[in-house]
Amino acid sequence: MLCSKRISKLNREGVKRLAKVDAITGWRNLEIGCAIIEPGSSRKLRTGDWRSQRPVTDRDKCIKCGMCWIYCPDMVYLPLRSGYFKWDENYCKGCGICANECPEDAISMVMEGD
Amino acid sequence: MPKRVGIEVSLAASEAACAVDSDVIAAYPITPQTHIVEHLSELVADGKLDAEFIPVESEHSAMSVCIGSSAVGARTFTASSAQGLALMHEILFIAPALRTPIVMAVVNRAMSGPISIWNDHSDIMAERDVGWIQTFAENGQEVFDLIIHAFRVAEDPKVLLPVMVNLDGFTLSHVIEPIEMLNAREVRRYIKPYKPQMVLDPKHPVTMGAVGVPEVYTEAKQQIESVLRASKKVVVSAWKEFARLYGRTYRPIETYRTKGAEVVLMTMGSVSETAMTAVDKMRDKEIAVGLMRFRLWRPFPLEEFRRAVKGVKVLAVLDRAISYGAQGGPVFMEVRSALYGQAGQPNISGFVAGLGGRDITTDMFEEMVKKAIRYAKKGKGPTYELIGVREK
Repeated sequence: MLCSKRISKLNREGVKRLAKVDAITGWRNLEIGCAIIEPGSSRKLRTGDWRSQRPVTDRDKCIKCGMCWIYCPDMVYLPLRSGYFKWDENYCKGCGICANECPEDAISMVMEGD
Repeated sequence: MPKRVGIEVSLAASEAACAVDSDVIAAYPITPQTHIVEHLSELVADGKLDAEFIPVESEHSAMSVCIGSSAVGARTFTASSAQGLALMHEILFIAPALRTPIVMAVVNRAMSGPISIWNDHSDIMAERDVGWIQTFAENGQEVFDLIIHAFRVAEDPKVLLPVMVNLDGFTLSHVIEPIEMLNAREVRRYIKPYKPQMVLDPKHPVTMGAVGVPEVYTEAKQQIESVLRASKKVVVSAWKEFARLYGRTYRPIETYRTKGAEVVLMTMGSVSETAMTAVDKMRDKEIAVGLMRFRLWRPFPLEEFRRAVKGVKVLAVLDRAISYGAQGGPVFMEVRSALYGQAGQPNISGFVAGLGGRDITTDMFEEMVKKAIRYAKKGKGPTYELIGVREK
């Protein structure tokens, strides 16, 4: 397992905390006309909090081909120095494209909360 | 004082947009708005107005261009009517949402079908909820003044909302009236250079019109709602300043001979002048009738309306648009709702008249007033009715 249970738990708490602090705000804090004045601020909207399934990679099967990294529509996968790929819980929506595209069937989708 | 000149009201509207030194005009011609746009293109072509005149392929594009030009900080003007206004519909919502202070003259015309180029308020009433400030003119002078006023209000940093100035098609737009025209120098005392608060500028990139996910959409709506409601103060203070500088006074609710009136007629737009004559005639016949007109329709001037209506026993509300299958015309429904639960609320009757260019005569106003009195005495009557429908 790439993401240890401990990191996973921390991230899940982080999702709630960051979502509250960064993107969920009162109407008075919005810019005029709801304009976005900071580039790349969509990072602050932690879209991962409504995921129902998460990808789990079996490193024994993984051949480090990077297909998950290429196909992920949200650019959630990041290459590690070891050659494996880790995914960011804050943004993964659980679409399952990585699991579908993985040529070695190394990625399985697991229900959140299981 | 400025000179009074005889001028077609449409041309006066264009001259108002010229006097404030508009930067961009994007419009598509449609009867009866055509003369406004034609004259503006002449003013630009003749070098009298230093502006970009953008002839577009539809009203949908016209409003889209207006939003774009306003977003880069250009003072923007347009005009439309009926089907054209309806074609703008989806874009109209976006202008207040992006806080682009566009000014538009809406030359009120009936919506098809059947096809009608003539005047009523069915076009503007269908755009009631788009988030624009909406004012109504009764004569040519008011058209000129309200357009100048519209720029002042729209561009106020506390407002930054688009404004529609409504004038009746043909009955106002195509008549020649004596109008005191303010020139650019005189207008500069009232209209300062536009200082946009949020602007598209490559040096300081911002995103306008991003998606509003469910977490933010409600808050975005609250911003528009709050600003639109609060804009009433600016609308009123800008009218006060206008009166101080140019001597003509405007109010959200205009009244005529309402002192001691037991019955009050409620109207909007140019027909109000006929209604004044009707009130005079009825007063001569000892009917204690007065007249109230909405000058400001959005934001709805609730406090002013309730104050004005105090002590009135019978209200006869005129709608110049039909709201099929509803409980009355849009104005009637709003008026009744504004008075619901108020102590001593008057008996309210709604009348729909003047559709698709049908004249409203003083006799028709008398009919409305008499019917409203009769229904109030009987304690019942139709919620609303069409006046002047031929049965045979």
